[in-house]
Amino acid sequence: MAAILEMRGIGKSFPGVRALDRVNLEVEAREIHAICGENGAGKSTLMKVLSGVYPHGSYDGEILYDGRTMQFRNIRDSEAEGIIIIHQELALVPQLSIGENMFLGNEITRGGVIDWPRTWARTRELLAKVGLDENPTTPVEKLGVGKQQLIEIAKALAKDVRLLILDEPTAALQENDSATLLKLLLELKAQGVTSILISHKLNEIRRVADRVTVIRDGSTVSTLTRDEITEDRIIRDMVGRDLAHRYPERVPQIGGELMAVRNWTVWHPDQPRKVIDDASFTVRRGEVVGIAGLMGSGRTELAMSIFGRSFGRDISGTVEIGGRPADVSTVNRAIGAGLSYVTEDRKTLGLILDEPIQRNVSLANLAGISARGVLSRGREKAVAEGYRRDLGIRTPSVLQQVVNLSGGNQQKVVLSKWLFTQPQVLILDEPTRGIDVGAKFEIYAIMNRLVAEGRGVVMISSEMPELLGMCDRIYVMNEGRIVGELTRDEASQERIMGMILRSEGRAA
Amino acid sequence: MTVPQHDELGVAGGAIRARLGGGLRQNGMVLALLAIVLFFVVVVRSTQGIDFLSAQNITNLFLQNSYVIVMALGMLLVIVSGHIDLSVGSVAAFTGAASAFLTVKLGWPVWAVMPAVLMIGALIGAAQGYWIAYWRIPSFIVTLAGMLVFRGLTLWLLQGQNIGPFPKAFQALSTGFVGDVFGPDKPNFTALILVALAAAAIVTSGLRARAQDAAFGTEPEPAGLFWARNAVVVAALMFVGWKLAMFRGLPNVLIVMSVLVVLYAFVTEQTTLGRRIYALGGNEKAARLSGIKTDRLVFLTFVNMGVLAALAGMIVTARLNSATPKAGVGFELDVIAAVFIGGASMSGGSGKILGVVVGALIMGVMNNGMSIMGIGIDYQQVIKGLVLLAAVIFDVYNKAKRA
Repeated sequence: MAAILEMRGIGKSFPGVRALDRVNLEVEAREIHAICGENGAGKSTLMKVLSGVYPHGSYDGEILYDGRTMQFRNIRDSEAEGIIIIHQELALVPQLSIGENMFLGNEITRGGVIDWPRTWARTRELLAKVGLDENPTTPVEKLGVGKQQLIEIAKALAKDVRLLILDEPTAALQENDSATLLKLLLELKAQGVTSILISHKLNEIRRVADRVTVIRDGSTVSTLTRDEITEDRIIRDMVGRDLAHRYPERVPQIGGELMAVRNWTVWHPDQPRKVIDDASFTVRRGEVVGIAGLMGSGRTELAMSIFGRSFGRDISGTVEIGGRPADVSTVNRAIGAGLSYVTEDRKTLGLILDEPIQRNVSLANLAGISARGVLSRGREKAVAEGYRRDLGIRTPSVLQQVVNLSGGNQQKVVLSKWLFTQPQVLILDEPTRGIDVGAKFEIYAIMNRLVAEGRGVVMISSEMPELLGMCDRIYVMNEGRIVGELTRDEASQERIMGMILRSEGRAA
Repeated sequence: MTVPQHDELGVAGGAIRARLGGGLRQNGMVLALLAIVLFFVVVVRSTQGIDFLSAQNITNLFLQNSYVIVMALGMLLVIVSGHIDLSVGSVAAFTGAASAFLTVKLGWPVWAVMPAVLMIGALIGAAQGYWIAYWRIPSFIVTLAGMLVFRGLTLWLLQGQNIGPFPKAFQALSTGFVGDVFGPDKPNFTALILVALAAAAIVTSGLRARAQDAAFGTEPEPAGLFWARNAVVVAALMFVGWKLAMFRGLPNVLIVMSVLVVLYAFVTEQTTLGRRIYALGGNEKAARLSGIKTDRLVFLTFVNMGVLAALAGMIVTARLNSATPKAGVGFELDVIAAVFIGGASMSGGSGKILGVVVGALIMGVMNNGMSIMGIGIDYQQVIKGLVLLAAVIFDVYNKAKRA
């Protein structure tokens, strides 16, 4: 097969940083080519070079496409060649309809006026191609993230895509939506579309990729063919060393019951339905308890409703911490009762991005750095420095704005904030979402330390291998109910999925 | 991971640049103010033959602008928390009218009128803050409504007439001066001593902050820059103090204003309350999930704004010695402009009291200087508008350059 794309010796510098250094990438026609690398390795920068976001002249090296040298000045140039990139953050306008989004900036017109009948008809054709049965006039915001992702792909098809670049397309998707998307990629491949897939999910790469290029620290490390692709090999190339184990060793030392939630029921804030229905669970000292379930199964809602009634209305049920009834009716009281909740969305719910690390760390416990309402900057800095050392937050200074940190380091800042409230039980909601393999390992190690100190950890995750690797016990949730409980020995992906599927549709 | 990532390496430079950038802005503002003053000194002397920095004019500057600074303190908190208050001009007019009504029509004594009017301001702030904080109605709309409502109520209360004059005790709020305990001879030693104490306090607190920075390993501002800046500030203060002492002493309103500035600077930078307001503006959801009662905090910032608007209303009324239906028209724009010139961010979460004071002084000096030069009100508006735009563009440009 011939190469459709060759990127040779690509280098790109930013002030003070060499982001890319001699990257080589060769993509063959009609293949699905995965690109792996840790956050900050240079994947997105490389794709921005390819798509013309960084115009010709602002980088070194050359781009050959169909054997011709390309000098893109902007995205329009690359799109004209059929190179279309779909970013992690979807570029859809939520209030506009599917059809309007599909041809945004590319409208079907007749004499300068939009030709609506043809727009709707074309939209219907394209939706059929990606396997969606939706009305073209439906506003995009009415669709789930999974379907929105498919609309983005349909939009790419509308532009006669030849080389489709997907930047972590399944990061926000649940299992079955991801499966649909990957299937679609294979179908497109059969129709002659070449794809570049950037992903952290190694199992997906194994499933669909023909070849994998691994990038580390701005350089190409290796390109693996289909039979060389194994998770261990990819991880080794990404990290630059063997991760002896994906999950750090821990000998469970489990004590008595630390937290018990009983008969927890929560109503949706503005719809007449229960979001959580009679859920009960316990956490013991020194235990990592997992909560598995599909997206929308009510895991986050369960955690947030317990944590100071931050979600829902007409909440009923009881919470005990340390054997005594705990008042968790406001966030302050929940914190006082020894509970912490690390949100799944650290950027919008967990951090003040424009403020320095130290101000973020102290935020949930200002009393701890003040006397009679007057802050001690010194105490604040000392506390932040302590956590920086303890959790290994990589930054030149705790005065650094959080927005400048990598995902893993941001997550450590959030963890520091909650550790400073001296919690007994931490609920971690998707604690490793969007952070790279090395940093994940560090977060796991921190979790292990927390339980070794006798605290309890509740881990909510969509990544089943992570739950199986970390948890002593796993609760399975579906449709707002807890539908099963598995010990470490009993748990497997099949059993968890089985519990979810068997409980489907049995909600009252 | 043993290999540091690129973005982390790049961060070190960013931290240093961010620090210098922040300091540069503060210093730059002060320099801009000095440059503007100097400009007027030269131009006013050459064109009008008047001393711009005469004792009379310096006193005027403070009297004319005290209300902007007082309200800008509250407006900063409102803007930091991510809101806006368009009603302050009308509220100042209404509370001014109320003070006239109570004093002149009902004959209340001054000691009863002042707290009563501040209370009215608090109630007005609470009435607006309630809808904004607990019903989540956009502050732009609530206070736009308030702007109309309280302008209307002012007209109603005054029946379209001016009410005045006021007893001396009330006028003293604006036009009174601190007497000299050392006798009536010039210079006024009380004024000189107070100003010298203030200068000493500024330098010592600066030194203490530096010592603290050093003790906790924060890289302090270069010593040369620190001393240069303090020298300029102290010199300016002593100059103003000397001029005032040779005239009628320190205006009462200057004392009120200074106390408020120090108080608000302390609250915003040194207390948990201030920190929470910045957190609220920086990321409301994260603040709420960290146990901060964001609704109540928003409510309180509007109550506070109402009280300061009432104080400003009384200051203006006392200065004019009468309450008029047209008082306070357009004040909200001066106040909001001062806050943004002072470096606050439109999206909330950032801005400093000292920046706001300098911003208000820049606006005030320009108003005053242009009036002396006899520049028409038409050109004055254009120039003030352009200065506001330039200050904000300067900020955005700097931020983009750092990113």
